[in-house]
Amino acid sequence: MNPELLQQILFYLFGAFAIGSGMAVVSIRNTVYSALFLVFCFFNVAVLWLLLEAEFLAIILVLVYVGAVMVLFLFVIMMLDVKKVTKSQLKSGYTRAALLIAGAMLVELLMLFGYRMQSQLPSDELIRQGTEYSNVTEIGLAIFIDYVYPFEVAAVILLVAIVAAIMLTIRKRPENKQIDASKQIHVNPADRIRMVSMEAEKGQGEES
Amino acid sequence: MSLTLSHYLIFSTLLFMVSLGGIFANRRNLLVVLMSLELLLLSVNTNFIAFSKFIGNVDGQVFVFFILTVAAAEAAIGLAILVMLFRNKRSLEVDDLNELEG
Repeated sequence: MNPELLQQILFYLFGAFAIGSGMAVVSIRNTVYSALFLVFCFFNVAVLWLLLEAEFLAIILVLVYVGAVMVLFLFVIMMLDVKKVTKSQLKSGYTRAALLIAGAMLVELLMLFGYRMQSQLPSDELIRQGTEYSNVTEIGLAIFIDYVYPFEVAAVILLVAIVAAIMLTIRKRPENKQIDASKQIHVNPADRIRMVSMEAEKGQGEES
Repeated sequence: MSLTLSHYLIFSTLLFMVSLGGIFANRRNLLVVLMSLELLLLSVNTNFIAFSKFIGNVDGQVFVFFILTVAAAEAAIGLAILVMLFRNKRSLEVDDLNELEG
């Protein structure tokens, strides 16, 4: 089998899986299944990215999204104990409007591809690199030379996200025995110990 | 005929429309709306990578890298807000969240 045909078969197979599981995500009743279909969709799109020779991002997608973000989603879904949805996720009145809008936008975009951009699209052939080409090296060089400041800003965004997420979800439990560090530091011995001078008492002859 | 840029563009358009329809139509569960948002960003990322590869410029992939970072942050904060919401209202139905509507 020639590689071109194989690539096309892979593209159509995984593309169909991705779009099908995307439809399942938005229409299925059970939220847990929805999240699992989203994982499947991410995985299929990662394969498409591999076909595009964007290896680094494909692996990042699987690691970060399937490994971290979707696990977070599943964790929240199971923690929240959402009551069972008996009816479909979609409400009929809104569904019609949504289908109309999405269909109209789809037709518009496809027309755009069909007519307007025909001459402006870049070359139809994927620019193939040799075997010594490293996608990771290329992206690494771009990030750490041209995009150093955006990279740092991304790190700060992640830090802010961590702090915000923790601050939003933390709650004081009454049974929590945690000690307030500031109060603990500001304790004075005088507040707690009282020195009392008293006469020594004569023992009654019994010792405990 | 090999795979062209249009293949990828049409694929990501279809995925975009599926998730957009999901956001519009979904009235039962806010979690699914968040998931649709993730799908939306995924299709946009596919566009970025396709253009980057067919033009031969790596900047598009760096953009995808940053979009993934910000989307992860967004998902974390969105889920945190969702948890707060569920604690206060005991519901995630979009139709129940109409307090600002007056």
